[in-house]
Amino acid sequence: METTIKEKKQTYRPLVLDEEQQLLRESAKDYLREKSPVAAFRKLRDEANPQGYDKHLWQEMAQMGWAGLTIAEEFGGMNYGYLGLGIVLEEMGRTLTSSPINSTVLLGATLVSLGGSEAQKKTLLGGISEGKLVLTLALEEGNHHQSLPKQTTATKTAEGYTLQGQKTFVMDGHVADKMVVVARTSGNATDTQGITLFLVDAKAAGVNIHRSQLVDCRNYAKVSFENVTVSAEDVIGNVGEGFAILEKTLNIARIGLSAEMLGMMQEAFDRTMVYLKERKQFGVPIGSFQGLQHRSADMYCHIELCKSVVLKALMSIEEDSAQLPMYASLAKAKVGQTLARVSNEAVQMFGGIGVTDDEEIGFFLKRARVAQQSLGDYTYHLQRLVKFQKLA
Amino acid sequence: MVTTLEEFQIETRAWLEENCPLSMRQPVKSMDDVYWGGRKAKFNNEDQKQWFEKMSERGWTAPQWPKQYGGGGLSKDEARILKAETDRLNCRPALYSFGIWMLGPALLHYGSEEQKMEHLPKIVNGEIWWCQGYSEPGAGSDLAGLQTRAELQGDEYIVNGSKIWTSYADRADMIFCLVRTNPDAKKHSGISFLLIDMENEGVSTSPIKLISGKSAFCQTFFDNVKAPARNLIGEENAGWTIAKYLLTHERDMIGASFISEGQKTLAEMALETLGEDPQTEPILRTQVAQHEMDMLAFKLTLARSTDEAKQGQGMGAKSSMLKYLGTELNKDRHELIVALNGFDGLGWEGEEFNEGKIVRDYLRTKANSIEGGTSEIQLNIISKHILGLPG
Repeated sequence: METTIKEKKQTYRPLVLDEEQQLLRESAKDYLREKSPVAAFRKLRDEANPQGYDKHLWQEMAQMGWAGLTIAEEFGGMNYGYLGLGIVLEEMGRTLTSSPINSTVLLGATLVSLGGSEAQKKTLLGGISEGKLVLTLALEEGNHHQSLPKQTTATKTAEGYTLQGQKTFVMDGHVADKMVVVARTSGNATDTQGITLFLVDAKAAGVNIHRSQLVDCRNYAKVSFENVTVSAEDVIGNVGEGFAILEKTLNIARIGLSAEMLGMMQEAFDRTMVYLKERKQFGVPIGSFQGLQHRSADMYCHIELCKSVVLKALMSIEEDSAQLPMYASLAKAKVGQTLARVSNEAVQMFGGIGVTDDEEIGFFLKRARVAQQSLGDYTYHLQRLVKFQKLA
Repeated sequence: MVTTLEEFQIETRAWLEENCPLSMRQPVKSMDDVYWGGRKAKFNNEDQKQWFEKMSERGWTAPQWPKQYGGGGLSKDEARILKAETDRLNCRPALYSFGIWMLGPALLHYGSEEQKMEHLPKIVNGEIWWCQGYSEPGAGSDLAGLQTRAELQGDEYIVNGSKIWTSYADRADMIFCLVRTNPDAKKHSGISFLLIDMENEGVSTSPIKLISGKSAFCQTFFDNVKAPARNLIGEENAGWTIAKYLLTHERDMIGASFISEGQKTLAEMALETLGEDPQTEPILRTQVAQHEMDMLAFKLTLARSTDEAKQGQGMGAKSSMLKYLGTELNKDRHELIVALNGFDGLGWEGEEFNEGKIVRDYLRTKANSIEGGTSEIQLNIISKHILGLPG
């Protein structure tokens, strides 16, 4: 009896941030507001910045430890955990900060930490922690998120493997130093067996990278692989067994992305509330109208639901919970649904000014739509929830 | 005696195993299965009596109330353990009581020492069945517009007027009431909080039948009813503060009341009613998943709100959020339960339909977003007190 009681005690973790985590939030908030307000993002867009993010700023963030938050200390990281990364992502969502954190830390470092060999970890994670290496995941092949590649293949050769195929929506693809390419080495299109992860140098012969311009003005690329030679040492995990590493990475990244979306959602909502108190029509602030008040109050409630879901999901990463896939889908679905609504309502409540490029609120709508689509949208994850509940 | 929480847990588990009769670990099927106490109280059976007496002896019918008032004197953590352990065995509450849920917390906060000594022990040991007199036929959402008049004459108040939605007023011994003591003051400033004995001359009740069939609700009439002045809680004309305190408390309870661990999830019900073939009613299955998404999010939010409150981060207006979300979700849940059950879900009478339980429960949920303050009132409160939107 005593042991069960002890176990129970250890498993309950209150759904609150501890003091250190609150401090991290405050310092991230202050730093980003000062160094990387939405105006900085507008500037990157207006000057059609070829890098797509501020390299110097990313270097500073790395020096503060943000790039290494989830990386083990032996590889130069902070080993602070995913809740910490989630806090930083949430704050970056508030300021719409463009950086390689999603591609390199959330996807790249997670994948290498989960599936990489000691040697791979040594060479890659240190560079990531220092903000010197941009590592991304080349997964998608179509217009909708898919975790299984349809046409990218790798065939065994005397030197290792030859990669053939095309990838799209590769985050930070045109500025990446290296990418992890998801390819099929055996089996049928729907088999989870036979998926292999290859570490490919962006400059390798046969790799062609073309930057895509999406509505959020972040970095995406189409990447084609024409008979690219990869050595056997550059396989991450075991040949044909990459899917488990990939899927876990994706689940973690879905949660991290949800944290960024949560930040965006809160900022868009807060700005809308400020506007409702300032903007006058009929001689009164428009926020005094019940038609707007009730919609706002209902959104507030759903934002609170999102906060709980994201917090729990981030904790489930740290606890290595068996429920991780469920929490990932719960977070991405609920946050995606709510963000769609909050960003639409924000633009509507700002009225005419809301649809102008001069006003920043439209930037939130634009980033929101791409983030919603990335790594599975609301319906994709709702479908997974249907499956997890054994309804299908 | 100082014990660690672990010792407390071990001891509590053993005590419950020993003292909670097996029949008291069965789910409550109807209100006839539960014990409400009161002057005319009768136990349905020996097990119910034993369970109630054991619990009230320890003050565990009100676990966190101070011992001097008959309560259990438990800390928050101990009370949480007790709750977890009773949940674990599926123990029924030993006593159902508006005195414990509502009046007690208000008395602890606003009552005088004499009032606490007089009323709290009788609540813990189930001697008095309390009911609540807030709403009036003309004062629903505009609760502060209530008109039931109480005039001080000597050392007694004379009460005239009528209260509505007074649950179990026809069986209760006493009522805690909001009454107007100053008709000339602004509406929030002329209200007092008064305790009235239902046996007094001039009190009468009449039951209210709901769309779901018979209900516990009554209308209660006061015709020159006397109440001693010492039954006034707090200052005269300062009753609105107590009323707001109690409403917040009530909203917390309502918000959380739809969540119980033993309850079947909607997804489980969907599998039972629709079967496992995903081709059967695919859209309904999706609606169930959507509901479960929000339900999971709501459960996590309730937990987060409790955890935040423990760290002193809570705020009162959150009750409105939990009440709003909880009741709207519960209504949605019952819409889907009816849909899952098709025609069976609409059966009103007869054994084949379990006397219409599905549809009656469903109809009853329509009141969830009205009682304790409508959803619209909760949204008003959130707008004003959380979002700071103007007037």
